[in-house]
Amino acid sequence: MYNYYLTIVLAPLIAAIVTGLFGKQVGRAGAHGLTILGVGLSCALSFVVLYQMVWGGASPENISVYTWAVTDGLRMEVGFLVDRLSALMMCVVTFVSLMVHIYTIGYMHDDPGYQRFFSYISLFTFSMLMLVMSNNFLQLFFGWEAVGLVSYLLIGFWYKKETAIFANLKAFLVNRVGDFGFILGIAGVVMLTNSLDYATVFGQADYIAGETLEVIPGTAWNAMTVICILLFIGAMGKSAQAPLHVWLPDSMEGPTPISALIHAATMVTAGIFMVARMSPLYELTTTALSVVIVIGAITAFFMGLLGIVQNDIKRVVAYSTLSQLGYMTVALGASAYSAAIFHLMTHAFFKALLFLAAGSVIIAMHHEQDIRKMGGLKKYMPITYWTALIGSLALIGFPGSAGFFSKDLLIEAVADSHWKGQGAVYWIAYLSVLLGVFVTALYSFRMFFLVFHGEERMDAETKSHLHETPLVVTGPLILLAIPSAVIGWITVEAILFGGFFGDAIVTSAARPDVLQELGSHWHGSLALLLHAPMTPVFWLAAAGVGAAWYLWLKRPDIPEAMHKKFSGLYNLLDRKYYFDDLWIKGFAGGGRSLGNLLWQKGDQTVIDGWLVNGTANTVGRLAGIVRQIQTGYLYTYAFAMIIGLTALLSWLVWFR
Amino acid sequence: MIGLQHYLTLSAMLFVLSIIGIVINRRNLILILMCIELMLLAVNFNFIAFSRYLGDELGQVFVFFILTVAAAEAAIGLAILVVLFRNKRSINVQELNEMKG
Amino acid sequence: MELSNLLSILIWTPIVGGFVILALGDGGDAESSRAGLMRQASLAVSVVTFLISILLYTGFDTTTASMQFVERVPWIETLNVYYYLGVDGISAPLILLTTFITPLVVIAGWNTIKIRPAQYFAAFLILEGLMVGVFSALDGILFYVFWEAMLVPMFLIIGVWGGARRIYATVKFFLYTFLGSVLMLVAFIYLYRVTGTYDLFAFMEAPISMTAQKLIFIGFLLAFAVKVPMWPVHTWLPDAHVEAPTGGSVILAAIMLKMGGYGFVRLSLPIVPDASEYFAGLMIALSLIAVVYIGFVALMQKDMKKLIAYSSIAHMGFVTLGFFLNWHIGGDSGAVLGISGGMVQMVSHGLISGAMFLCVGVLYDRMHSRMIADYGGVANTMPMFAAFMVLFAMANAGLPGTSGFVGEFMVIIASFKANFWFAFLAATTLVLGAAYTLWMIKRVVYGDIANDKVAALKDLNSREFVVLSILAISVLLVGLWPAPLVDMMNVTIENLVSQISQPKVG
Repeated sequence: MYNYYLTIVLAPLIAAIVTGLFGKQVGRAGAHGLTILGVGLSCALSFVVLYQMVWGGASPENISVYTWAVTDGLRMEVGFLVDRLSALMMCVVTFVSLMVHIYTIGYMHDDPGYQRFFSYISLFTFSMLMLVMSNNFLQLFFGWEAVGLVSYLLIGFWYKKETAIFANLKAFLVNRVGDFGFILGIAGVVMLTNSLDYATVFGQADYIAGETLEVIPGTAWNAMTVICILLFIGAMGKSAQAPLHVWLPDSMEGPTPISALIHAATMVTAGIFMVARMSPLYELTTTALSVVIVIGAITAFFMGLLGIVQNDIKRVVAYSTLSQLGYMTVALGASAYSAAIFHLMTHAFFKALLFLAAGSVIIAMHHEQDIRKMGGLKKYMPITYWTALIGSLALIGFPGSAGFFSKDLLIEAVADSHWKGQGAVYWIAYLSVLLGVFVTALYSFRMFFLVFHGEERMDAETKSHLHETPLVVTGPLILLAIPSAVIGWITVEAILFGGFFGDAIVTSAARPDVLQELGSHWHGSLALLLHAPMTPVFWLAAAGVGAAWYLWLKRPDIPEAMHKKFSGLYNLLDRKYYFDDLWIKGFAGGGRSLGNLLWQKGDQTVIDGWLVNGTANTVGRLAGIVRQIQTGYLYTYAFAMIIGLTALLSWLVWFR
Repeated sequence: MIGLQHYLTLSAMLFVLSIIGIVINRRNLILILMCIELMLLAVNFNFIAFSRYLGDELGQVFVFFILTVAAAEAAIGLAILVVLFRNKRSINVQELNEMKG
Repeated sequence: MELSNLLSILIWTPIVGGFVILALGDGGDAESSRAGLMRQASLAVSVVTFLISILLYTGFDTTTASMQFVERVPWIETLNVYYYLGVDGISAPLILLTTFITPLVVIAGWNTIKIRPAQYFAAFLILEGLMVGVFSALDGILFYVFWEAMLVPMFLIIGVWGGARRIYATVKFFLYTFLGSVLMLVAFIYLYRVTGTYDLFAFMEAPISMTAQKLIFIGFLLAFAVKVPMWPVHTWLPDAHVEAPTGGSVILAAIMLKMGGYGFVRLSLPIVPDASEYFAGLMIALSLIAVVYIGFVALMQKDMKKLIAYSSIAHMGFVTLGFFLNWHIGGDSGAVLGISGGMVQMVSHGLISGAMFLCVGVLYDRMHSRMIADYGGVANTMPMFAAFMVLFAMANAGLPGTSGFVGEFMVIIASFKANFWFAFLAATTLVLGAAYTLWMIKRVVYGDIANDKVAALKDLNSREFVVLSILAISVLLVGLWPAPLVDMMNVTIENLVSQISQPKVG
């Protein structure tokens, strides 16, 4: 299997290097041919690995590839830990990536940076695989930063656009704020265990939980809590949890395929994956879990609300991504790691589908992204319409779709979690995910109706060119629509209740395992489906769709009126709760002012002005004074000599 | 009775006079040369006085040496002065401040 | 070739070659075929030196902490001064870095130096020999001689081939560094009075009273802190860099700054360990100030070279931080990690800052401006260059997979073992380093074409391409597989740590 793993990782890398360095030589066809071959190969092998893991009876493998460096007893290695968790992630990553590669052929058809783009997305696939297959913190951090790098390069892919290069810098820096916490968390792990290897660290989890750290002198903090919160700060950056979410909506400046691949399906879920991977650590600290669940709940509900006021088709989907990531985070906080990973998987499919469908609309509309200028596209773009419908239904958790199983069970898991009866944390989490369902349905179908139904608001020029997009675009849509529709039904039982992840995910023995409890009431997918109309989730979603239909199709005047009446609220949402201002004007602006202050006042005035040039000037000034004595007149010197002689003599005579 | 202290006082007065001559004089370089001679004379005076007082002739021998050297010095000084005058057309002390810092 | 004379060969080959080239000269015409010949001769000398230095790597024994390739002959017998050379795991990587960077600098200056090219290249060759001398000298006086002699070619490089304010910059550079190093000589002379020899190992073994140790430490500190440079004696660096020609900046950042760090590990720590312990808190504080304060200052620079110069100061802060963590780590491990981290950071910084300065040099040669505001959208006209620049910028920001990450990672981990807040402040470089480097990239490389001058830019020529790709490969190589480098230093550093943990107050 070792060769399989190596091939899975290296195939996209080699394709990326060849396409990147020899773009001119391989040409356009060569670029997409090579990268698709690479990613296709690793996708196929990933499925083989998953098959072996699930049905072939292969046991989890922990392999070291090479030693990065050894010093001071600390082994820093590059290696693979392949169990069902990583195998599942590998499949999701490579499959979505493959779809996006194919789709890109159509989407980037006329772009001069064609080869560069393929090189980047293949490089991304490599980085993401390194992240999910890692068996140690060092490589995790490598993958973590490498996906950040590729995300940076891809958001700024159209580097002539001022907004794009602003967004990519912002994305990288906000992610770095998260990484700041992440690396401290890793350092904490190393301090206590002197190891970077997952297995060793998890083995010493109890020891870590028993240690304390003096973060503020004189106070003892539980080491595990500190470490887990620090690691979670990293996850907040990568998975765009409030308040580090600000980069994700702006990242939509990048080409749509990467919005689907990186900013919806894979990279942003790295944080979720990481916390699930670290479940042996998180399970030992309820404090950190409460932080996780509250941050997740805030993100899930409040970021969803923002989707309602957005008019850019991609940004609506972006806010829905934020909200869904919040859902996954809540599940992590509720110790329902499997539910989080399950939702991660279904979300990857339907969100990638939605983004690619949005991209398909954007192509047809000649790169117009404002949904107020669309409408009635149903009849022009049937395939896009139907696949987008499947995606939207999955997103709102329509019974039977993939999203239904993952979301419904996620909410049930939260409802029955160990936080039940723990006061505020429970209600914040539960109400957020519950009300979030309504909000999700509202904004999803607002967009859906505005784009595909109603009157045609585009100009005549665009309208005359409207037609369905080519097969390379619609093909991936169809291929993604299939899992979006059925993957939940097929896999829910295995993943959530079958102990699918084995030892990869650990839940504390001290508390009842919520998924196990849910499993004891489990009567099969069909039963859940039939039960659906009796749950609040269903009715909330239905209400959301209904409201969207009424407000934006039937009576479009109502939102207009509300917009005017509640302009304060609207502004709050439109300005994204002023978080952007906090980051840009507050931290970035503050940092620049501080930099200026330290430079102008500290370096130039105090150090250079006073100390360095000051010393030089003082010496100069003293010399200037002393120089006055040097008159050049012989008699002055003679006089001085005589005075000196007299003084010396007097001293000799009288004081000795 | 004129004792040692009178000679020494006279010598000191001569010495101080010459110092004053050097310091206060701002015009003429020749004056400075003369003051230096005067200074040597004051020293010679001391030598003679002590020689007489201590009954040691060596002091008076020294005076002769000093007088010889002083004469040579005066000659060199005047020679320099002549050269200086030739170059600068002036022996005014206040104009001779080439060494001003 | 006789391996026992390897270090002498490495020192004197470039120096003799440099003087020969200096003597022959270019006949007063930079375009003449004689000048061309001198260029080729310089390149040949530097490449040969590098090839010889490979023997140092292949012949180096990583299992021992003792000195290797030792040469020891009497020099000034009345003063007991020896011509005493040798390398261990601390100096060998730095010597290799020196011999590696110099040919690149020669290639980079190939066509861009229009006046006195022969003298320019000769200065670099002489400088190379002297720098190797510093890294291999084991006798105090020999060390001092190399140390001070090194200033002369650098002084000339900045003063003759520099920019508009080069005189101010050279004088500042010279006075700053000279003032510090004189006190080092005083410390050596005191140690000579104690031990009767200038042998560095005798210095290390001699028991010294605490007061004397403190004074010696301060003497060393001034010499090395200026070179590193540490806050607050850093202000010569931005000026020197801005005025220096590209090659001068590269050598200055890549190697001369390493002298300071090398001085700390070679002299301060083992000779006066107790004083080092006493001052460790101060050193850590200064290092952290360098990381955070300078990070903010770098953010606001309008001049690319100044920005990189400030980022060098911040990165060198990691070096000194790593070196002095030893006494703040309570447990049994971590000190070696900190010092190795500092050492790796030095090597990596040599590669990255050199590359960054070369990148700015590439732009400067075309536009004759270092101001960020004069650029914008360079990626449109120079895509190949943009790729290199972004790569090196990422390395400068400490991205894993590049060499910039290795040292920072080790030092951050080691500092967490010492104190949470040390690590906290050190880790701010993740944000600050990315902010100042990538903001510059945004304004220079990305965006639409800013003006006609940018529109007329030509992409890298083959010579620039070769230099930058060699650096890019080495940056990635060290980043992806630092083990050879780390293994080279491990045993020496372990030995050093056990040595400095023994009090030697006499």
